Amino acid sequence: MTAATLDQGTQAGLSTRRLSRWTLLGVLVADVLVSLGLFAVTPLQGRADFGVFVLLVYLALQTMLSISVEGRRKAVDRFVLAVVVGSFVVALLPLASILVYTSVHGAKRFDTTFFTHSMRNVGPNDPGGGAYHAIIGTLEQLALTTVIAVPLGLLVAIYLTEYARGRFGRFVSFFVDVMTGIPSIVAGLFIYALWIQTLKLGYSGFAGSLALVVIMLPTVIRSSEEMLKLVPPSLREAGLALGMTKSKVVLRIVMPTALPGIVTGVMLAMSRVAGETAPLLLTLFGIDQIVNDPFHGPQEALPLFIFNEISRPSPEAYDRAWTAALTLIIIVMVFNLLARLFVRFASRNRGSARA
Amino acid sequence: MTSTAPAAPGRSRLLQERRTVPDRGFRVLVIAAAYVVLAILAGIAIFLVLKAVPALHKDTANFFTTFAWNPDNTPAQFGIGVLAYGTLVTALLALVIAIPVALGVALFIAYYAPRALAQPLGYLVDLLAAVPSIVYGFWGLLFLRPYSAGLQTWVARYFSWTHVLGTSTGTVGQSFFLAGTVLAVMILPIVAAISREIFLQVPQTQREAALALGATKWEMIKWSALPYARSGIASAAVLGFGRALGETIAVAIVLSTNYELVSKLLSPGGNTIAANIALTYSDAGQVGTGALIASGLVLFVITLVVNLVARAIARQSTPAGSVV
Amino acid sequence: MAKRVELDSLSCFYGKFRAVDDVSMTIEPKSVTAFIGPSGCGKSTVLRSLNRMHEVTPGARVEGRVLLDEEDIYAPDVDAVNVRRTIGMVFQRPNPFPTMSIFDNVASGLRLNGVRNKAVLEESVERSLRGANLWEEVKDRLKKPGAGLSGGQQQRLCIARAIAVQPAVLLMDEPCSALDPISTLAIEDLINELKDEFTIIIVTHNMQQATRVSDVTAFFTIAGTGQPGKLIEMDTTSKIFSNPGEKRTEDYVTGRFG
Repeated sequence: MTAATLDQGTQAGLSTRRLSRWTLLGVLVADVLVSLGLFAVTPLQGRADFGVFVLLVYLALQTMLSISVEGRRKAVDRFVLAVVVGSFVVALLPLASILVYTSVHGAKRFDTTFFTHSMRNVGPNDPGGGAYHAIIGTLEQLALTTVIAVPLGLLVAIYLTEYARGRFGRFVSFFVDVMTGIPSIVAGLFIYALWIQTLKLGYSGFAGSLALVVIMLPTVIRSSEEMLKLVPPSLREAGLALGMTKSKVVLRIVMPTALPGIVTGVMLAMSRVAGETAPLLLTLFGIDQIVNDPFHGPQEALPLFIFNEISRPSPEAYDRAWTAALTLIIIVMVFNLLARLFVRFASRNRGSARA
Repeated sequence: MTSTAPAAPGRSRLLQERRTVPDRGFRVLVIAAAYVVLAILAGIAIFLVLKAVPALHKDTANFFTTFAWNPDNTPAQFGIGVLAYGTLVTALLALVIAIPVALGVALFIAYYAPRALAQPLGYLVDLLAAVPSIVYGFWGLLFLRPYSAGLQTWVARYFSWTHVLGTSTGTVGQSFFLAGTVLAVMILPIVAAISREIFLQVPQTQREAALALGATKWEMIKWSALPYARSGIASAAVLGFGRALGETIAVAIVLSTNYELVSKLLSPGGNTIAANIALTYSDAGQVGTGALIASGLVLFVITLVVNLVARAIARQSTPAGSVV
Repeated sequence: MAKRVELDSLSCFYGKFRAVDDVSMTIEPKSVTAFIGPSGCGKSTVLRSLNRMHEVTPGARVEGRVLLDEEDIYAPDVDAVNVRRTIGMVFQRPNPFPTMSIFDNVASGLRLNGVRNKAVLEESVERSLRGANLWEEVKDRLKKPGAGLSGGQQQRLCIARAIAVQPAVLLMDEPCSALDPISTLAIEDLINELKDEFTIIIVTHNMQQATRVSDVTAFFTIAGTGQPGKLIEMDTTSKIFSNPGEKRTEDYVTGRFG
């Protein structure tokens, strides 16, 4: 019987020495002081580095203290807690800094001129100018992309959930996975090689949309498929038992049930596609002036506009780029938020209908 | 319906009517849509190969082993080596930085955050995925580069003996390190989201088994959650790696590109396949364009392999309800 | 070292909902106490609050005191981790760690407590598996995964895992509800043997089981949905099932209610 060794824990009683909140706060203060000291005497500099150091020094101090007071297990537990919370904060820092930085710099040119004028006859160093032509282009290309990708994607999703059988079904599903992984620049290259080089149909907003379709399609298929799979088989059987044809069951029963989820997926896909730059680079060509016709000749888009303005090293161009970035973020976030709100709204409605 | 089983004359016609023209038409339509997907993929492969081959024929150097990119010279000399190297290095760097943070975020949201806050906080991290890549590039160039310069200089000064964490020019800045960091931020949300979903799927009975034995929270995670989530995390990581490999515009902006084999991560320079396409296509001649398409084909194949690996890992042992 | 458990005005909450109201009782060492009552009466909640597993559910908390040989397990300087090490638990569904071998499953609690010595581990694992009446069945495949065992064997493996750390009290939350009759019998026999060493508290839906295994029975019930569960009476098992003091207890044990 080895009870002697085993019972130590049991006999030691339940209460343990623990670090209080105040002690930990003290550790934090000491940590900041130590880090400040390090920054004063070594060539460390910059706010980002300071954050990193504060975290590292805190971890070291807390762990040493915890081992001596609470023991190794508790110290490891505390260490992990600090790392986990720390990594969450670290993950949010880029988001916060992007939003703040873009808002601050983007506000400078967030004016009427920007939203009503193009860059026609505006030189790189000139003030003024706007992104009206780019916004028009982005919205038109986004609409065209959606009009093509959504019906096609939905049909494929319906095929995969309702009609696919055996090897061909798995084959299609496999290639949808493959398509999900296609880098966006490759999608652009494809349309460039097909549309512009081979068919000689020229740069246009529509060519850009086609490249975006390649990106959007697998996203729409996968998200719609997930939603269609959630529709209980009993609903389908109920429809078939009523004597409905399969297509009617799909269109009248399955689709309406899955619709809220599908709409959400589509909006998320749109928000992703709206920010794509690489495919447009090779298919739009880009232009300074307003082009309302997306089918003929080069067109501009917001991401492209930003890319071009960044490559002009003048403060005026940078200001325009920031404002365009802010506009793009707003467009993307609006779609994203709408999608999330739609989920809430739809699930609440459905919940009450069920209850 | 079955009660009228005795073969009534009208019955077979009734059944046939059910397979009416619209019903068949719809069936044909969805199958056609499935073929369109296959056609697009076939088209990508065919057209990329078709346009790449003539340029590859003009290449007087070995495409796979040459570390130079002069397709429009006479004679043309270009190889994928230096670009593929940069692509892999930046993506690996992104993975090394993103994985620990993403796991921390996923654990925080699944197990540590107060329940009422978990969902909104998870959504905040998901928002990172909604930031356009051009904005990441711009932010990386104008914000992250100056703000991380101190750290980079410091690391270069005290760790240059490792060779990898050094700089050959004496300056730091638009380096692989910077590109890798920006890419890490970009792939973080996807890796974190998938890992989070898997952590949330760990059965409660498993977690309670550990806790009831007197495990601390971390010991519970180590014994119950991590073994269960291992393959899901691995597949999320590979998926993130695939994303990083194909990312174009952010890398094109933050990297000050050249065609040298940069082995010191803090040195400005280097290049990736995708960034090279974005930055040079407009100046490329006949052969140059074909060469870029050839490089795109290589990128396509690399990401394809990576994504298939992710798929295989996820299939292999991810528990029911895979989120990948 | 079996210990006495004393509940002093214990109330359990899920957020604002009071699931169990004001339970006081004393459970003697080296006895088997059965908690019986209709579904939702809070008997499992009370059980889970005895080793602070109740608070694992988000929003769950308790009021009142639970004394383990005079020591309050809810005192501010008490770490739940220590409580759970001292008070073991067996769950409704067998939950061995799926990636661990049979040996590692039983050794897991000891390893948590820093036991590294191989000889000590081997000895404890054998003793615990013998204690759980599982040794003869698994001694040749200790390195195989625990998930490969039958349901009844898995549950005995979980009991072995729980007793390996020599707890003072063993809590069992409907340990046989997922098992077939033969495995159930094996577990019931085991409970009778284990009470020589441990204080055992078992939640059960099966009244025959309560009469077979327990010395003392506590009956819980609720007035209706949304009401808190209450302890109605607690007495020797023979008294509860033959001549209970309360009408509601009698209705329940004779099958007129619940």
